[in-house]
Amino acid sequence: MTKILALTGADAAAEAMRQVHPDVVAAYPITPQTGIVQTYSSFVADGLVDTEMVTVESEHSAMSAVVGAASAGARAMTATSANGLALMWEIVYIAASYRLPIVAPVVNRALSGPINIHCDHSDSMGCRDSGWIQLFSENTQETYDNIIQAVKIGENKDVMLPVMITLDGFIISHVMERVEALEDEEVSKFVGTFTAKYPLLDVDNPVTYGPLDLQDYYFEHKRQQYQAMQNSADVIKNVGKEFGALSGRYYDLLELHKMEDAEFAIIALGSTAGTAKYLVDQMRNEGKKVGMIKIRSFRPFPIEDLRLAVKKLKGLSVLDRSISFGAKGGPVFVEVESALFRTGIDIPVLNYIYGLGGRDITPTEMRISFSDLEKAVKGEKFPAVQFIGLRG
Amino acid sequence: MAVNLKKISTEREILLAPGHRACAGCPGPVIIKQALLAAGKDTVVGFATGCMEVVTTIYPFTSHRVPYIHSAFENSAATVSGVEAAYRSLKRKGKISKKINFIAFGGDGGTYDIGLQSLSGAMERGHNMLYICYDNEAYMNTGIQRSSATPYGADTTTSPAGKVIPGKQQYPKDLTKILIAHNIPYIAQSSPHNYSDIIEKVEKALAVDGPAFINVLSPCPLGWRFPYSDSIHLAKLAVETCFWPLYEVVDGIYKITYKPKEKKPVDEWLKLQGRFKHLFQPGNEQIREKIQAHVDKKWEQLLKLESL
Repeated sequence: MTKILALTGADAAAEAMRQVHPDVVAAYPITPQTGIVQTYSSFVADGLVDTEMVTVESEHSAMSAVVGAASAGARAMTATSANGLALMWEIVYIAASYRLPIVAPVVNRALSGPINIHCDHSDSMGCRDSGWIQLFSENTQETYDNIIQAVKIGENKDVMLPVMITLDGFIISHVMERVEALEDEEVSKFVGTFTAKYPLLDVDNPVTYGPLDLQDYYFEHKRQQYQAMQNSADVIKNVGKEFGALSGRYYDLLELHKMEDAEFAIIALGSTAGTAKYLVDQMRNEGKKVGMIKIRSFRPFPIEDLRLAVKKLKGLSVLDRSISFGAKGGPVFVEVESALFRTGIDIPVLNYIYGLGGRDITPTEMRISFSDLEKAVKGEKFPAVQFIGLRG
Repeated sequence: MAVNLKKISTEREILLAPGHRACAGCPGPVIIKQALLAAGKDTVVGFATGCMEVVTTIYPFTSHRVPYIHSAFENSAATVSGVEAAYRSLKRKGKISKKINFIAFGGDGGTYDIGLQSLSGAMERGHNMLYICYDNEAYMNTGIQRSSATPYGADTTTSPAGKVIPGKQQYPKDLTKILIAHNIPYIAQSSPHNYSDIIEKVEKALAVDGPAFINVLSPCPLGWRFPYSDSIHLAKLAVETCFWPLYEVVDGIYKITYKPKEKKPVDEWLKLQGRFKHLFQPGNEQIREKIQAHVDKKWEQLLKLESL
């Protein structure tokens, strides 16, 4: 039975965590993530969960503690933002390479410097090569849904990888929205129980985690990790279907909005996908054949699905909420162009960087990404990267 | 209560397998073995990146006969705190029933320096775990660079005894005192030459409810530059000169667990080590005097603390 709740994104994340009921949560406060760990701490204090809460002295130790806990055989979670994720960085890679199905909400915030506490995607984009599955959430509901699915995705025996669930700082984390929540028992049943294959706590069958791995084996282990990430695409799709059957909300690697007969489309991640849908609907009312592609799974990147989604388009715009300095475009753009390269899909693909440090993007501002495409198909040239909402 | 060597050697298991790649004469594996003789097989160990991690686990081999985890350099304490948290949680849920010990190991680099924050956090949070620092007084794994545990005057690759600067210019950080300031139930200093001392201290540390810390001197033949047959002798001399006193602090009460009958001059310890060779050249006498004065002052302080 569905419960209707009014929750902020941070509280929705905490609520999903409560229902998953991990054995260990280790976290450190950082704006705008703090809401998650505060709310979860009150669940612990009130006895709603019997999670072991490890209130560490840094994010580096938060990630280290969950690596220890997951290796021990526990279901373990953490949560962070921006500089906190950056401080975890070293251990973020280690968590993936030890094949530990840790789940971590990341409340997207601009990386310093200069210091800024508001939303952009520089934090999670920075660790896109760390070996974590990365699912972006559009709103509070998706934050809740994604966290529950993440447990099942990461713990799949063909995957065994950590999963990062992103939610836009403040825009999602601090805004109250309507959330349809599952019953506790439904979530328990959906995620099942976690039985680690090689738990450290099995003292009768001792295992060694984290040995020095040199020229003779490191490469093979990385190849296995590559395969696990490859395997995860199908698992994300299947779990999305199962979750749909339970909740009525189906999930895939991509979400397509009004793409059936679209001539031009815009690609967005996170909360901006909601703004883009609004714009698309507005322009549809004006008779424009436009659509939107939301990338839910940035890692693994849905290469084949994206090719299928765009093959009938005349032009495509890609919105990036972070910069890859020195690259051809933002991280999303580079992935999209690479996915379309030499596939016979030879259409203009324009890149727009927007919203850094939490700057808003309005539907009106976003229109330029469509109007430019209309000009581009007529032969007009555009710079490799353009900026939306930038002064001067 | 003295440790019965016969009993230990016949009734307890050696939990670090031979065949590891430690240098000849390295007391590191001796310290691990002594600690595990006290702890027994129902123990999970965590290691910081460093000599002991590198020499005991090159994949696909492991010397560890107990569950082992290494994650990174600065997070041995945090990692083991996570393992211990998992244990508490799973035990509460009835998924595990055994009593398990948790021991995190780190060298002085991983403990005094880069891992200090992680160690402090884990101790403050009250995890039921023991942290053992094997202090070889420099970054030996990367090639003998100075750490905050390196003694005054020592020649290392980043505090070289040069024409102008005669080795390290700072006294070592007193990490044991920093741990005492955490008000944890058990803190000690020990040395591998005294197996009875170290085994007893590990047993006591594991018996307390809460965090414990033991700092163990680990003379390094390569970094200190002495013949590999002399490691245990060097450990003993460090104690006999009171450079490295053996003591413990239980619930705030200091107890010196070994008092030399006759406190030897620190020169006797310094002169056996190549890293202090330059201090015996004419003109450097005052450096040795300073070292002796520092040792004397610290020892006197410790005697006073014990008498409180």
